[in-house]
This record gives sequence, structure tokens and C-alpha cells, in this order.
Amino acid sequence: MSATTEAPETQNTAAAAPEAMSWDSRSRRMVTIYLPLACFLIILLFPFYWMTITAFKPNAELYDYRTHNPFWITSPTLDHIRLLLFGTAYPRWLLTTMTVAICATFLSLLSSTLAAYAIQRLRFKGSQYVGLAIYLAYLVPPSILFIPLATMVFRLGLFDTPLALILVYPTFLVPFCTWLLIGYFKSIPYELEECALIDGATRLQILRQITLPLAVPGLISAGIFSFTLSWNEFIYALAFIQSSENKTVPVAILTELVTGDVYQWGALMAGSLLGSLPVAIFYSFFVDYYVSSLTGAVKE
Amino acid sequence: MSVTAAEGWVRQAKEQSWLSKLFDWKPFLVVMCLLPALGLLMVFLTYPLGLGIWLAFTDTTIGRSGRWVGIENFEFMIEDPIWWNAVFYSVFYTAVATVGKFGLGLWLALLLNNHLPFKSLLRAIILLPWIVPTVLTAVAFWWIYNPQFSVISYIFIELGLRETNIDFINTAWPARWSLIAANVWRGIPFVAISLLAGLQTISPSLYEAALLDGSSAWQRFRFITFPMLLPILAIVMTFSIIFTFTDFQLVYAITRGGPVNSTHLLATLAFQRGIPGGQLGEGAAIAVSMIPFLVFATLFSYFALARRKWQQGEAND
Repeated sequence: MSATTEAPETQNTAAAAPEAMSWDSRSRRMVTIYLPLACFLIILLFPFYWMTITAFKPNAELYDYRTHNPFWITSPTLDHIRLLLFGTAYPRWLLTTMTVAICATFLSLLSSTLAAYAIQRLRFKGSQYVGLAIYLAYLVPPSILFIPLATMVFRLGLFDTPLALILVYPTFLVPFCTWLLIGYFKSIPYELEECALIDGATRLQILRQITLPLAVPGLISAGIFSFTLSWNEFIYALAFIQSSENKTVPVAILTELVTGDVYQWGALMAGSLLGSLPVAIFYSFFVDYYVSSLTGAVKE
Repeated sequence: MSVTAAEGWVRQAKEQSWLSKLFDWKPFLVVMCLLPALGLLMVFLTYPLGLGIWLAFTDTTIGRSGRWVGIENFEFMIEDPIWWNAVFYSVFYTAVATVGKFGLGLWLALLLNNHLPFKSLLRAIILLPWIVPTVLTAVAFWWIYNPQFSVISYIFIELGLRETNIDFINTAWPARWSLIAANVWRGIPFVAISLLAGLQTISPSLYEAALLDGSSAWQRFRFITFPMLLPILAIVMTFSIIFTFTDFQLVYAITRGGPVNSTHLLATLAFQRGIPGGQLGEGAAIAVSMIPFLVFATLFSYFALARRKWQQGEAND
């Protein structure tokens, strides 16, 4: 007993020891930790800063670095955003992207919850192999699949419809979500289900009333991941959608805003900024879930 | 044992309808639960994978189903210097970007593993490049790499390090390096956060023991941190290699394979031949040619790095 109670103390002194030993620990820490960290932060955030500042710059400042400091805006303008919202079909693209992302997320959450429950809790013969097969499906990249899928989508008469995207996105969402949820179900004590079984609950009742409420954090993580992944998806949307009004935001920005020889850089950056915002806001509410799913999935 | 006893008891309670009984019958329930997920994956993943391999042996074009042409597409591909160039750049891109991402990502993870104020906020900010749609950040990079108005050129000229604008994406080699830089920028957060999770699982008592033995910081990294991190490193690296090798978005958004096809990856080349070019058979053949590289990369990173885990006799879960 005494050994276990002492353990935290020794741990603390050991952790403090190297700092106490070095006389200039503060300045040393400054140079070895904070300085590189600041560099990382600046480099990782600079493109966002640049995107934002370009989106609000009037054209006169945008193309003239001699008289205006490029890192600041002297007279911010909403022209680019106005052009984007009222001069293009941008609101329509946002709506399409949102619909596709939400439907695909819902579809893949539903099917992967059931699959994960079957694999982790119903324990049938060969459930391990089904789990492995689903995991392997995650390793098949979209770049290999988009050509045959394009022919399939065409033959099914889904070409140029958002429905094609809703049906195809689960191919990369389901493996990930299933994998994540298997991990979550594993962490829920099996005894709870046994108790319910003894009390005469059916399997579906157990899933709905015991396992799912306990797996809510896992469901949220999987949902956020699916939503951001479908929002970011590019190659399928590029290959399957042709008409301007059905395009998703990432595709539309690249194909609809970049026309002719003169690029509207202000509008392009405004479009990128607005397209990134929903995901960034959504993400900021659930950062912890996101990080835990990312790291949890890796640890599994 | 208790489960079987419980099921016997359930059957005695007779208020259930036949439907709920059916759903309580395990084989049926298993099939129903697996059906949506496996159905989706079979129809939209397994079948297209097979179809893609079949298409690679046909001369299908858009709007016309093709004939079997044997290995004609592959013969054409082998003689195509553009394909060889794409193979070269795909391998080069993957290798350099992976080294960059993991070097810098590991460094960032080690920095974040220190006791820092605002740790969770920092982590949230660092993940941003990974969250935001790749294409949209690629557009930002495209603007940063603009030949006339590049902000990087501006900084260099203001600092007096250069006289003229830097030519980022209009000649082959600078364009290749610029794309790699953008890929590394986007990949660092994922690597750093995953490795940070791995670092946090390492028991502090190992470092204590090493400190008592008088180890240097480098020795602690080399003999404790690195070996303990290897299993997680293997998984993250496998994923990173697969998704870097088959990358499409960054290259398509920034250079579209140009200048003069010098920055085509296999994925962008397959897209260019297949969808706008309409040669689905040829595009499929190029896409299929990625498979051996992927299998090789996966096996290599898995066996080279994960072997350590087996040697230690841990269970492979």
C-alpha cells in the first residue's frame, strides 16, 4: 500500500528534476519549446490568415504590394462576398453540399452502428473476418474507384444527381465509422447487456435502450468525422456532377469560379473561406470528440 | 452460460409478436445488422473494384461499352513517357512528403507533449489544416504560389534575399517541390496529433528509470520514445503513404498536372485520360497500375515497422 501511495510523489519529483537541474531552464525552455512551437503555429495558420485577408481586400490593394502593405487591409470591403453570394450560385452549392453531407453521414452512421453492434456484440462465427474485411475496405482509395463508379453511376441513371454522391460517400465513411464504433462498443461493459437479457429484453431493445445511449460519444465522433469527410470530398463530386447547380462547394469553387484568364482572387478566397467556415465551426464545437476519435481510431 | 439460460426464460414470456421473435433470432439479426453496411460496400466498393480491373482490359469510352482488348492498354501505358513520369512523381511525392510530414509531425508532437498552457486550444488550432477541405486550402496555396503576387516572393524581396519573384508553379521542379510543401503542410497536424496520443500512453516510469541510469535526452528518445511509438507510427504511416500516393485534390487544384505534365500523379493522370478525355479503359488501366505500388507500400511499412510489436510478444488486437 505504501508503495502505491508514494508513486505519484516520486513521479512528480522525477518530472521536475531535469528542469531544476538546468540553471537557465526558463530561457532554455523558451528556445527549445516555445520558439519552434510558435514557428509551427505561424506556418500552419498563415494560409488561413492569407485567405481571410484576401477575401476582404479591395482589388486595388490586392494587386499592389508597393503602396499597400500586403499583410494588412486599409479599407476592407465586402465586394467579393457580395459577388459570391449574389453573382454566383454559391448559396445553392452550399445547400447541396450540406444536404449531401448530412444524408451521407446519416446513412453511414445507421449502417455502421448496426454493423459494429453485430460484429462486436452478437459474436457470430467469422465476425472477426467481417471486421477485418470492413477495415480493409478503408484502405481502398477513391482514386482507384472513381472511373468504374462513374460508369456505374451513369448506368444507374444517377449521373449528375446529388443522390449519386449520397450513395457513394458511405464507401469511405462506413469502414471508418464501423471501426470507431467497434472500439466504443468494446468499452461498454457486456454485463449490462447480460442483465437486460436476463430481464427478458430483446436484442433490439438492448441495442436501442442500453448500448446506443452509452455509445453516444462514439456516435457523435463518428458523425463529426463523416460530416467533415463528406464535406471535403472532391474526386467523386468532380467526376459525377456536371451541371453547375448540383455541384458541391469544393468542386464549384475550382470549376465555376476559375473561368477565363482573369481569376477573381478575392472571390476565390472568399469562397474558400465561406466553404471552410461551416466545417471549422462545426468542428470547434466538438473538438474533443474529434481528437478522441482520431486518436482512438489510431490506437485501436 | 447465463445467456442461454436467459433465452430459455425469454421464450416462456409469450407476449412477443412473431416479428420481434424473428428479430431476436440471432442468425436473422446478424444478417439484418450487417446487410446495410455490407450491402453498400459490396455494391459501391467491391463491385467497382472488380469492374475497374475489367475496364482496364477493354477499350471503353464514355457512352460506348468496350470490347475486350487484352493487355493493349497496359502495353500502351508502358510506352507512354507521361505515365512513367507520373510513376516517378508519385513515388517521389510520396517519399519526400512522408519524410517531411513524419519528421516535422514527430517534432511537433514532442513539443506538444511538454507541459504547456492552453494545451487543448493549441491542439484544436493545430488540427485546423486537416479539417478544412483540402481543395479550399489548395486554392489558398495556389494564390500564395501566384507568379506575380506571391506573398512569399514579397517577403524574400523585402528582406533583400532575392531580386525577382520566385517561380513556384510554372516550371517543372519548383512546381513539384511546391506541391510537396503544400502536402506536408496539410499532413503535419494529423501525424502530430496521432503521435501525441501515442506519446501520452508511454509510462513516465520508463523515463524515470532512464534518468536514474544517467541517460541523455537523445538516449531517452532513441531507446524509449521511439521504440514505444513504433506500433502507432506503423499504422499512421501506412495510412499516410496510401493516401499520399493516391492523392488527387492538391495536384488537381494547384497545377492540374502541369506544367507540361510534369506534376501528374497517377490519380490525376487517370482522371485526365478517363473523365475529360473520355478514354475510360485507359484511365482504368492507369488507376489499376496504382494497386501494386499500394500493396507494396502497405506491406513494406507494415512489416518494416510493426514487426517490433510481434517480437515483443504483444497480442495483435
